[in-house]
Amino acid sequence: MIQTDVIIIGAGPCGLFTVFEAGLLKLRCHLIDSLPLPGGQLIEIYPKKPIYDIPGFPIVNAGDLVDNLMKQIEVFKPGFTLGESALTLEENIDGHFIVTTNKGTQHIAPVVIIAGGLGVFEPRKPPIENLEKYEDKGVEYIIRDPEFYKGKRVVISGGGDSALDWTIYLIENNIVSDLSLVHRRTSFRGHLDSVQKVMDMANAKKINLITEAEVVGISGNGKVESVTIKHTTLGDQVKEADHFVPLFGLTPSLGPIADWGLEIEKNAVKVNTFDYSTNRKGIYAVGDINTYPGKLKLILCGFHEGTLAVQSAFAKIHPNKKNVLKYTTVNGVSGF
Amino acid sequence: MENMIKVFVIDREGVTHELDAPTDMNMNMMEVCKAHELPVEGTCGGMALCASCQMYLESDTPLPEQSDAELGMLDQAFHVKQNSRLGCQIRITEEIDGLVVRLAPN
Repeated sequence: MIQTDVIIIGAGPCGLFTVFEAGLLKLRCHLIDSLPLPGGQLIEIYPKKPIYDIPGFPIVNAGDLVDNLMKQIEVFKPGFTLGESALTLEENIDGHFIVTTNKGTQHIAPVVIIAGGLGVFEPRKPPIENLEKYEDKGVEYIIRDPEFYKGKRVVISGGGDSALDWTIYLIENNIVSDLSLVHRRTSFRGHLDSVQKVMDMANAKKINLITEAEVVGISGNGKVESVTIKHTTLGDQVKEADHFVPLFGLTPSLGPIADWGLEIEKNAVKVNTFDYSTNRKGIYAVGDINTYPGKLKLILCGFHEGTLAVQSAFAKIHPNKKNVLKYTTVNGVSGF
Repeated sequence: MENMIKVFVIDREGVTHELDAPTDMNMNMMEVCKAHELPVEGTCGGMALCASCQMYLESDTPLPEQSDAELGMLDQAFHVKQNSRLGCQIRITEEIDGLVVRLAPN
């Protein structure tokens, strides 16, 4: 079990800067993030975009801001659990929190700061009525192991790069016995050479390319046996299949923290602006994931929120220690 | 009113909202809807990266051509029709006065 003073959920800019402010108070931090790299949205969504409202930086690229934050907190040697999402939170009899990830990694600390941003990035699910009933029974949103599809009849839907790339991979490596690619439009927006390859495969009858169509239904007894494909002009057709793989990219959602007994409002965690505490003592929320009257979803506001949250966290961790604000100009920064 | 146009937003219950939209605030339709507390999420903040502000164009208002980013995003969205648009990519300008849009399902 990973032990620390503060578990920070989310390694975006606010989570990272909170490590710095906690470090000044001699509190050690460990960050958990579902993405494989620190930086959150800034790295996942817009690494090359310029940001103009970071105080003191007339312009800074999102990716560079993350690099700088990582440099700034290096001295405090934060721990990272990356590529795993925080799944459950339990409180033990000492009032310490145990946070367990989807891969079973456990962390324990007296304080949890949620800096979860937009939430967890999850696959976008098409609006098909009984879709969830077939999850892991023939419906998969991510192809983890292509060999899993050996000799199977597969229907992929989507028009982006991952739909194209997997279609090509599964055919070129002779893995599947039958593959249909269903896309809503006639043109694809993937890389040009991938589009060309898929078109060639369709012409050579190696795949069934069904455009101007959507998968609208699934049927089968306990597992996927067929899907219904609705063509915009030709109507419905039922296609026998063992697997249906919708590949429509990722979308953020609040995820498991919605079940942690925290007060939620408008898809965000309600906090008290005195110290950005939630309704559960010892759990704070900072950055885009929180809400309060007057909330602005800005990185600079998140920096402020994290700073105040760790002051309050210090008082919880060290109830008998007095703490006074120290300036880095006077005292410098001494790491661990 | 100066620097103000009218736009009409039909919500998911079929109710039409007549909204004043300023042309001098560099706003888009997603932001106008949010400012009037209509149920538009705009999760990504307006970068054409989430499709949570999808709306259907219901008037014959001439809109600028859709960018590759917008079309690419709509490829990954659901409930997409011929007249689908991302609200965040519709700028509020004099030219779109009287625009009518319908919010796409969540």
